[in-house]
Amino acid sequence: MAPPPHRRSGFSRKAQYSLFVTYVVAIAGTIVAALLLTISVVDPAGFSALRILGTEVTAPVARVVSKAQQSTQAITHSISAYINAASKNVTLEKELKASRNAFIEVRALRIENDRLRGLLNLSDGDMQQVAVGRLISSTASSTRRIATLSIGRNFGVERAQPVRGPAGLIGRVIETGPTTARVLLVTDSENLVPVMRASDGLPAFSAGLGNGFVLIKPLNLGENPFKVGDIIITSGNGGLYGANIPFARVIRKTSDGALGLPFADPANTPYAIVMKPYLEEARTEQQMLAPDGETKEVAE
Amino acid sequence: MKIPVSAIRLPNRPGREYKSRFDREQSMLRMLATPIASVILASMVTTLPVFSAGPLLPPFGLLMFLSWRLMRPGLWPIWSGVPFGLMDDLFSGQPFGSAGLLWSLAMLIVEIIDSRAIWRDYLRDWLIAALLIMAVLLGGWWIAGIAHAAPEPMVLFPQIILSILLYPLVVRICARLDRWRLAT
Repeated sequence: MAPPPHRRSGFSRKAQYSLFVTYVVAIAGTIVAALLLTISVVDPAGFSALRILGTEVTAPVARVVSKAQQSTQAITHSISAYINAASKNVTLEKELKASRNAFIEVRALRIENDRLRGLLNLSDGDMQQVAVGRLISSTASSTRRIATLSIGRNFGVERAQPVRGPAGLIGRVIETGPTTARVLLVTDSENLVPVMRASDGLPAFSAGLGNGFVLIKPLNLGENPFKVGDIIITSGNGGLYGANIPFARVIRKTSDGALGLPFADPANTPYAIVMKPYLEEARTEQQMLAPDGETKEVAE
Repeated sequence: MKIPVSAIRLPNRPGREYKSRFDREQSMLRMLATPIASVILASMVTTLPVFSAGPLLPPFGLLMFLSWRLMRPGLWPIWSGVPFGLMDDLFSGQPFGSAGLLWSLAMLIVEIIDSRAIWRDYLRDWLIAALLIMAVLLGGWWIAGIAHAAPEPMVLFPQIILSILLYPLVVRICARLDRWRLAT
């Protein structure tokens, strides 16, 4: 398409000046944007109020759509439950019988564990939940993996609280608004989670790769101890994420660790539980020395 | 015939089919607000409950913005990349100011191209848009990497391809909107 004629301003002084002014404004605007960017790089929480405003304004639509999505999923699920209902029923009854026995054993073990911990005077971190919400949207077009939670300060959600789903750890809260909060998912590159292997407690930490997977690196480097299929759970180190939350399954070995697929899939989790930080007092003390905003969190 | 303002009587206004077909004017509000609203709404697509493992959703705001710019040169003022970009930053999850800077630079680049090349055809538009989309996405990745830890640049590859392939569709949506906007 040919450029419009007003680009050539001719002999009119007024037209020439106004064209010149638009260029000046464009350059100045670019510089202003660069300055804003510098501010937000130096202080990442600086413009959170504006971002939260945007999320709050669009949240009602997201809520409605996600509700509709969930109910259609529920409908398809209940229809598919009718297929092979009889054989499914038989297998489920068998499984139930087996797991009932296992459950009784686990309960006995838990009582014994509590008694032994009591003897040793070990203090346990609390795993109290703050509130239950849903994930209503995510930053699907950015390299950052952040999801929006349907509840905010109105339910007592605060910054630096871990969030988990029924299947496993989802992430932690980084910004809160009155009725929404933003959750940094475990698949974000900045989210480092202290984890361990479920079978033997091998300590490791996980970093997101930004593509739905996490990279799990053992703390003591050397030979790579992971096997495909290993179950990774959180270790509770660092005092933010609670211990023993299901985290990921190893799907491939890499040169210095393993590639894990997180159990909690933000797209499919029916609800998200916001929990209190695992060892809140210890963490508060640590934050007094080295606050999150000023120093980068390294393997909490 | 144009009806003078004083003569408009709302209850007895003739139906559209009996009005003059000549010399009608399009609605000013529709003409001005349609492009602006379309870009802002396209930026807001990220707030819908779409979950992807990696960055996969094309930056619809940018696609809409570029296709208006390339389809109707002179519609956006040269500085318009800044406000639209800052608006997009509110919803994209990037550090605030990143799209404001990148969209504005994209706008200036299109302006330079327009001042050199007099005529552009559809394929050349697509090529320009493809290069700009790639540059903006990689720029966004780089900026996010300065502010926070960033993943490998390869995670952007599917998104770049998808965005480039979706550009023609967005141009067509723009053209439809444009026809509706200028209709009398």
